[in-house]
Amino acid sequence: MATKPKSSKKVPAKASRADMLKFYREMLLIRRFEEKAGQLYGMGKIAGFCHLYIGQEAVVTGMQSCLKDGDQVITGYRDHGHMLACGLDPNGVMAELTGRIGGLSRGKGGSMHMFSKEKNFYGGHGIVGAQVPLGTGLAFANKYRGNDHVSLAYFGDGAANQGQVYEAFNMASLWKLPVIYVIENNMYAMGTSVERASAEVELFKRGISFEIEGEEVDGMDVLAVREAGQKAVAHARAGKGPYILEMKTYRYRGHSMSDPAKYRKREEVDDIRTHHDPIDGLRDQIIEQGHATEEDLKKIDNEIKAIVKEAADFSLESPEPDASELWTDVLIEEGAR
Amino acid sequence: MSVDILMPALSPTMEEGTLSKWLKKEGDRVKSGDIIAEIETDKATMEVEAVDEGILSRIVVPEGTEGVRVNAIIAVLASDGEDVATSEPKAEAPPARAERAEARPSVSQAEMPLAAQQPRDRVITDPSVPEGVTFTETTVRDALRDAMAEEMRRDERVFVMGEEVAQYQGAYKVTRELLQEFGERRVIDTPITEHGFAGLGVGAAFAGLRPVVEFMTFNFAMQAIDHIINSAAKTLYMSGGQMGCPIVFRGPNGAASRVGAQHSHDYSAWYAQVPGLKVISPYSAADAKGLLKAAIRDPNPVVFLEHELLYGQSFPVPDGDDFVLPIGKAAVKREGTDVTLVAHSRMVGYALQAAERLAAEGISAEVIDLRTLRPLDTDTVVESVKKTSRLVCCEEGWRYFGVGAEIAATVVAEAFDYLDAPPARVHQKDVPLPYAANLEALSLPNADDIVAAAKKVCEGMS
Repeated sequence: MATKPKSSKKVPAKASRADMLKFYREMLLIRRFEEKAGQLYGMGKIAGFCHLYIGQEAVVTGMQSCLKDGDQVITGYRDHGHMLACGLDPNGVMAELTGRIGGLSRGKGGSMHMFSKEKNFYGGHGIVGAQVPLGTGLAFANKYRGNDHVSLAYFGDGAANQGQVYEAFNMASLWKLPVIYVIENNMYAMGTSVERASAEVELFKRGISFEIEGEEVDGMDVLAVREAGQKAVAHARAGKGPYILEMKTYRYRGHSMSDPAKYRKREEVDDIRTHHDPIDGLRDQIIEQGHATEEDLKKIDNEIKAIVKEAADFSLESPEPDASELWTDVLIEEGAR
Repeated sequence: MSVDILMPALSPTMEEGTLSKWLKKEGDRVKSGDIIAEIETDKATMEVEAVDEGILSRIVVPEGTEGVRVNAIIAVLASDGEDVATSEPKAEAPPARAERAEARPSVSQAEMPLAAQQPRDRVITDPSVPEGVTFTETTVRDALRDAMAEEMRRDERVFVMGEEVAQYQGAYKVTRELLQEFGERRVIDTPITEHGFAGLGVGAAFAGLRPVVEFMTFNFAMQAIDHIINSAAKTLYMSGGQMGCPIVFRGPNGAASRVGAQHSHDYSAWYAQVPGLKVISPYSAADAKGLLKAAIRDPNPVVFLEHELLYGQSFPVPDGDDFVLPIGKAAVKREGTDVTLVAHSRMVGYALQAAERLAAEGISAEVIDLRTLRPLDTDTVVESVKKTSRLVCCEEGWRYFGVGAEIAATVVAEAFDYLDAPPARVHQKDVPLPYAANLEALSLPNADDIVAAAKKVCEGMS
């Protein structure tokens, strides 16, 4: 069984110029979008809980590149990056954060709850670990229909200790369901480090007693993520059942906007930002390998800035939902099936 | 010294069974642990083991006898050396129910089959059943089964999952023979992991399938209530109308018989409080069938609360596979002018009994079966109270923040000027359900309680 750490550093994963530039653009969009969301929160334009994905961009970017149309994605509440990586409109995501009618959930979901049937993005779930059985159910539907689609269920190191995760693991393995469990281990479940919460800190081993293969992956390296993702997706698509990928990653910001992050040292954050940043890392590779110049990348930066500015503007211009929206979407009315 | 072999009780709710086969004949030597007979209950065929040793001197109840009451003498065992010919049953064997249904002093009225006591000629035919339809006497159990089977034939997306629903044929046999007809792809035995399989079902529903998730009882759905509420009920709203969840959560709810506090909880009020859910709790077999079919076809999450003590009861059910009832419509089960009795699930049977007894005392009671708790058909209740001016709310669950509280508050708000007495509530006593037979009977509401409450609100009636 391949449940052991895979050091992706030994043989660097390769990618084409087009892929590398695409990943750079996608990760940068998430980074700049989240920075803007943080600013809007500081200005009081975004309220409630707002969990930023900054630092973890390589995980979702690499994994999404392994999917084909019709594959499904589900995640927890740190979900803005997943939405953008699934191709959801940045305007709609940002306007949901500001609680406006132009938001993807018409302002009724908020930061943690956005969905898109069209893009096969199934949320956006606020109960830690709930997305794991739900994502397993998406895989169940694929198997029931006899298609070759897979589902990706993303969850964090905190959720990895929830009981329902193991109920889902058991059924997924028992029934050979095509689901890939992506554990985004950013080292802290809110303020509690993995070491303080988990008896077994190597989370990729959590499937052993369910006969689920698992692998540790450098989640700060988008190419390593993609390489591991392709293998896991192929495994699930071939009808061999679930697969676990533990992505070793890091979030730069606090758990949510109100978290001062006193549980970790400033030096720890600085070290990772300086030496392991997923975007800087890819940028260096692109330039070293001659795929683009600083100037080319500057052009991409400017395009991304424009997209994010437009999203922010839209999110502030879009009106609040009409009062009549209070009563809609509670139930699907008869005849609307 | 001879020993009587009695008809055993093989489940908490078994009252009678069929002695389907004797595996020993008169004169055979029997050792402790030998299988001597097979007994068929409404749930399963069970083997009966001998407890004592001796010679099977006499078979009292021949094989093939139906309706053999629990504790009836079915055979006599003679000890070694005893004259086999002289061993007689020590007591007169209680006859099968078919012969003497009413003479059961050991069984309280509360345990009598409600349908048997229900005066059929006073039942109002459901207005949604068209003229000329023929009926077949069907148990609630089979009506539920038929509803699932018909909907599975009709819609390939419908599947059933839960504990023991497939190979075991259902813990209460509600899914009997579904595996044989639809196969293991669509009738799925789950591990004992309510939280996990409820969530898995919700995910499958998000993806467009139509899961019917059976909980062995709703007590166990407490493990899964997060997915029922946070995942199934709220997602449509949170997604601005994008992500529907067409799922049915079904299973027995409320008190069974002597199964203690953790297996007897009535969750009607819990689920009925939640926007985004539909909540159905039928009484009759026809309603069980017509409403379960509607629930499976509904694009929303539906909590379908059944009652174990109703599973074995028979009611006339319209023939054919297109009998679908509207969700959210109460039924006037009996018309009356002096007091309105509102009930759902098993309490409807008690309300009908109470109405019959009240009639003998000159009080004309109208009985409303809510059938659906969310959306609640308050119009039917309010219209009735405008006519009767008195209200008794009956439920099996606890009083505090209950179904009766909601109905009483609605009636006070919408028909205050029509009321001649404060609304009364009949409910379970405010304690966890006790095991001891006498305490359990004291805790649960019954027809006596409804009669007393109705008489109280009718005091001084002109």
